[in-house]
Parts: sequence; C-alpha cells; structure tokens
Amino acid sequence: MAAMLQSIGVASASVTFSNHTNKLTSSSVHSLPVIRSEARTISGAINGSRKTGKVITKAVAAQAESPASAASKPGHELLLFEALREGLEEEMDRDPRVCVFGEDVGHYGGSYKVTKGLAEKYGDLRVLDTPIAENSFTGMAVGAAMTGLRPIVEGMNMGFLLLAFNQISDNCGMLHYTSGGQFTIPTVIRGPGGVGRQLGAEHSQRLESYFQSIPGIQMVACSTPYNAKGLMKAAIRSENPVVLFEHVLLYNLKERIPDEEYVLSLEEAEMVRPGEHVTILTYSRMRYHVMQAAKTLVNKGYDPEVIDIRSLKPFDLYTIGNSIKKTHRVLIVEECMRTGGIGASLTAAINENFHDYLDAQIVCLSSQDVPTPYAGTLEEWTVVQPPQIVAAVEQLCK
Amino acid sequence: MAQLTHRTSSLLKPLSFALSSTRHLSSTTPITVETSLPFTGHNIEPPSRSVETTPQELIKFFRDMALMRRMEIASDSLYKAKLIRGFCHLYDGQEAVAVGMESAITRKDCIITAYRDHCLFLGRGGTLVEAFAELMGRKEGCSKGKGGSMHFYKKEGGFYGGHGIVGAQVPLGCGLAFAQKYSKDENVTFAMYGDGAANQGQLFEALNMAALWDLPAILVCENNHYGMGTAEWRAAKSPAYYKRGDYVPGLKVDGMDAFAVKQACKFAKEHALKNGPIILEMDTYRYHGHSMSDPGSTYRTRDEISGVRQERDPVERIRKLVLAHDLATEKELKDTEKEIRKEVDDAIAKAKESPLPDPSELFTNIYVKGYGVESYGADRKELRAVLP
Repeated sequence: MAAMLQSIGVASASVTFSNHTNKLTSSSVHSLPVIRSEARTISGAINGSRKTGKVITKAVAAQAESPASAASKPGHELLLFEALREGLEEEMDRDPRVCVFGEDVGHYGGSYKVTKGLAEKYGDLRVLDTPIAENSFTGMAVGAAMTGLRPIVEGMNMGFLLLAFNQISDNCGMLHYTSGGQFTIPTVIRGPGGVGRQLGAEHSQRLESYFQSIPGIQMVACSTPYNAKGLMKAAIRSENPVVLFEHVLLYNLKERIPDEEYVLSLEEAEMVRPGEHVTILTYSRMRYHVMQAAKTLVNKGYDPEVIDIRSLKPFDLYTIGNSIKKTHRVLIVEECMRTGGIGASLTAAINENFHDYLDAQIVCLSSQDVPTPYAGTLEEWTVVQPPQIVAAVEQLCK
Repeated sequence: MAQLTHRTSSLLKPLSFALSSTRHLSSTTPITVETSLPFTGHNIEPPSRSVETTPQELIKFFRDMALMRRMEIASDSLYKAKLIRGFCHLYDGQEAVAVGMESAITRKDCIITAYRDHCLFLGRGGTLVEAFAELMGRKEGCSKGKGGSMHFYKKEGGFYGGHGIVGAQVPLGCGLAFAQKYSKDENVTFAMYGDGAANQGQLFEALNMAALWDLPAILVCENNHYGMGTAEWRAAKSPAYYKRGDYVPGLKVDGMDAFAVKQACKFAKEHALKNGPIILEMDTYRYHGHSMSDPGSTYRTRDEISGVRQERDPVERIRKLVLAHDLATEKELKDTEKEIRKEVDDAIAKAKESPLPDPSELFTNIYVKGYGVESYGADRKELRAVLP
C-alpha cells in the first residue's frame, strides 16, 4: 500500500487522488496504517470517510494528525435513542435476516422513537407492528430465530415482558441446551425499564433481577449513547439470546460518538473513572447518580473508582477483580430492589472470588423493596440518591 | 419378477415386500380410498372423501404405524423397568395423525408439537436408536440426553420439538410460519397442540397474528378428548375446537383414519400457502393415560378404551385395507410385525449400551461457544474481550 501511495506522489492530479482515496478508505478502516507520504497527509482520509468527497479537502487541510486521535475526535453528536436506532439500522443493512417485532414499532416509529423511519425503509414485514400480545410475539420471535432469522423484540416497557416470562425463560434461554445444540436462538429482547418520572408502580419495573437466573441468556445494560450503539450491535450479532436493558430517563442523553463502525463486547465492564480509594460498581441510570456523588467526593478528598458493569449476566469479574485488588473496598449502587437483585448476586460473587482482597464489608445500595409510588417525593426516596452514595463512601473509607 | 428377490435386509423396503405379494397391482397403481367419515368444515368448503393412494403407500402406512405402536409399547415396558424416568407421554392410538400428516408434506415443511412427540420425531426422520437413547438419557440421544422425552428435536427433518409447557409451542409455530413467509420459500408449518392446550390464551393471540399477516401456519388440534384427567366437556364451554378460530376456517377430521388426515393436511397446505392460517381438529384417542404416571382409567371406563380399540384402531384400519385390496396376506403382515418387533428390540439393546453423557456436558450448549461476538473499541486497535 505504501508503494501505491508513493506512486500517487507529487505530480498526481486530484482526480486520481480521489480514486485512490476511495480504495484507501475501504481497506484502511480495517488496517489503520500510519501513512505519511511527502507533503500529503493521507491520515485525514482514514477517519470516518463515508463522505469521501469532503475528505479530500480536509485531508489536505489537516496537518500531521496521528490516525488514532483523528479517528476519535470528529464524530457526530446524537441522543441515546438515535444511537440505538443507528446501531439497529446498520445491522439491518448488514444482514437481511434482522427484523424487529414490537408494539408500535412500525408506522408509529416506536414509542421512544428507537425505530423511527425504519418501517418506511425496510417494509412492514421487517419492522413488524404486533398486536398487544407479548407472550405470543415473543414466542413467535423465538420460533423465527429457530429457523435462522434474527429478531429483535421490543417491549414497550420492560415490565410488559413479564407476560412473556415463560417464552423468555423456557424457550429463549433453554432451547439451545435442551435440543442438544441443534438450535440457536439469536434474539435480542430490549426495552426501557427502570424508575421514570412518576410513571406508577407497574411502569417502573426493573426486570434485571427477575431474569438473572435464567440459564442461557445474556443480559446487558446500556447507559451512554456510545455503549448503547455498541451493545445493540453486539447483541444483534451474538448467537445467544441477549436482553438489552435501556432506561426510560436516559433516552435523551447527548454524546459525540465516532463515525466509524464499532462493536462493543457484551461481557465487558466499562471504567468510567479510575481511582484509588474505593470501587463503585454501578449500571444504567445509577451511573449518573454515582458520577454526581463522585464530584462531591473528590471535593472532599476521596478518589473513587467508578465502573459501569454493563454486563449483568455474566459479570465481568476480571475488570471488577482488578479494581478490587487495587482499592480493597467495594460499594455497589444499583436501581434494582434490595431482595434478590443484581447487587445481591454481585455481592455474593465478589465475596466468593475476592474475599481475601477486601478490607471492609461490601456495601450495596439498592432501591427500596416497595412498589414504586406515584408521589414525586416518595418516588425519589425509593431510588438511591447522590447524598446517600457520598455518605456510604465516607462510611466505607473510615 | 427378478426385482422381487432384491431385498435389502437392513431397510426392509416395503416396495419389495409389496411387489412380492401383489397379485394384480403394481406398487404405483393408484387406488382410491374413501375416508371413514365426511369432513366437517367451518367457514370453508371441506375436501372430498375420496383419497388417492398407492399400494406402496398403503404398505408404508401399515409399517410406519406398526413401528410407532411397537416403539410406544416398548417405551411403556422400559418406563416400568425404570430405565426411562420422569415424564413419558405415549402416543399409541394417535399414530394415524403422524403418519397421515407426514405423507402429505415434505421435510422442508415444519412440524412443532408439545410433549407427546416420540412418533412425530420418528416420522420426521428420527431413528429408533436416537429416540430410545434420548429417553434413557444417553449421549447418543437426539438431544444428547439433555432434553428427555419432552424435548425431541430434529433440525434437518424440520421437526422443532418437543415442548413441555402446554400451549407455548403454538406461538413458536407461528414464528416458524413467519420465517417461512419472510424467506418466501413456499413451505408451511404445522403447529400441533391438544384439546387441553386449546384453552390457552396464547393460542388465540398467535392465531390473531397469523391471520393478520397471512402466515402459512396450520394449527392442528389433536383432540383425544381428555386434557390429562379432565374430559373436554368439563374444560371447554365449546369443544368444537375447529370452530374456535372464528374468522379462521377450520376442518374437523377423523384422526384415526390416516387417509382422512392425509387429505386434510394436503388441503390445509394448499389453503395456508394462499390464504393464511387454518385450524384442523383431529378427532383421535390415546390408549395410554396422559403419561406413564397416569393409569388412564380413573376418568374413563375400560369399556370405552377397548371399544375404541375395536372399532377405530388406526393400524387395524390399514390392515383391513391392505387385506381388502389384496396387497399382502395375513401371514405377511404378521411377519412384518415380527420384524418390527425385532428392529425395536435391537434398537433398545443398542441404546442401552450407549454411554451416559460426560459430566462436562453439563456446561456445554448453554451458550454458543465463543459468545459469537468479536469486539474492539472505536480506535479498532485492540481486541479487548478475552474472557474464558
């Protein structure tokens, strides 16, 4: 490839340059070489150039930028639900077997706009508006997956998927095992859950705790536009059934994400803020409460390490373990109920595996074991708030 | 006539058998058979009672049904000998449904059923050894011993199981039909359930969706009149299951007559490919109780059972047809049954010798190996996920 670039050389007209640029971009996205030919920095051409026309002028204008930083800085800004949609659309473009089932996902565009515009683009059969029959359309998705399709089931609210519990647990999770490996069920079950703004008890459910024992499924929770898109793509590409937990209040988060394609690992945790004094494990919306508390803690002189565990089943004990070995104190902040929640399982897992490294008992802050009340103040008190997190860290680090 | 002596002992082709005994018919001469009862239609014109068949097919029906019958009876003994544990739901008496359906469709069409699946598995191309090994929990079973009696599957044969929870397989069946419509491959799905499952809500939900999107789904209710221990009139306000579809047409079929089943399934396949779902109600009967733990006589009289066996037994019906059309003698049919008995005994012996699964098999096939996902960050420089 270097030879080709050298041959472009000094005297080539911009026309030939653009032809070669096309070839460059298609191959260089995968190989990321550091190429500097005299006087022309091709590096600009490498980053996110789906719009090759513009790239040429930018490439000439951009000075000696290393490909790494050039790859991460420009990007595009979008909201979390748009990131989910982008990931979904890219996967539907890439594989014709990917389809979506859900209530109001087609013509209406999705009740949280995650599937907006997709029905017009892919047709009614690929983005299927189902009647209100969670049990059977989840079952239909599993049946379709048995033949090789890759359906994505959207629960308008995660809580409604309790009606489909049998299908998710027995058919989705267990068919690969009970058929002796004959069938794989590459479904993605996704939807918003969590405590919103006074939505009432039945619309504020957190199903992570109910699904976590089901053998055969993987569970992930997204929290930023970047990981939402990456996890959505990973979940669709995975051969296993994946439940992707989104949060009602996080759909309008804005972030700049890269232009080029990326897929995240379903079993990896994310290091949000490295630190020394205490490991705070969290996921989904509580990440933001923790980061808010972290600001206060830093002012008070503490150095918390915040990890967004992302993968709820299986836990990324590798990242978590390394952190515990460093800090020796753990605080778990979650939105699940106290009884039988993700925090409870995580506490058990950490105690079993890293007991020797702990200097203090694991503290787990979770939501109260109550149905979520409607009244605003009461609802605020069911979930963990930043002052409680600060107090817990202070207590832990005493 | 030289063909007559050609006989492969391993397979015992009915073809050779028929040729050796046919008096005046070749194996492909069409024979017309009348079904025992007329069909009853709901919102649809029922098909005719005359069914085309051939001597070859007649003999094959006899053989297949006798094999299924023998397998179920052998499973009964194995269960009592504690070699099969847990739940064992036997299909004897209902063989005509399996055999008739199989003759009307191809292996590309899908069949999904509940837990009374041993004979359907056989019809879809499963072998006796795979079935018995699975029942006894051995490694050579069709699901590697990890499924059991209620979880027989055969992907290559288009058999999707094998499900323990009553009624849950019907939405799955509609999903199979959806996938067939999606890939436009002109095949249909037969989603089978019983009279007990007919009262499940998810059935109506799935039927609504199948009718809404014109999915090539055929819902087959195997009405053996008893939902476990409860008679149908005690569980259903309207036991006319073929009418339950309301806007979806239905057909009531004598499920003890393999040719009626064949005709109905052929008719249903054509209908489903053009117009969407249809319900077939197979009026059938099971001789055994609901499962091996159920004697089967506390909620019905022995007279009723023996009455059905005398008047409507599916294997007897075919035997009479074979004899009436002079395709074989009594002795030849008895010899076939003896061969089948030996075949089943051999399969059981082979399955008994098959090893139990390795303890490490406890953890295989929970997830697809490697979790199926490669991952890297946006800078695409490092492969970050290396989890065991």
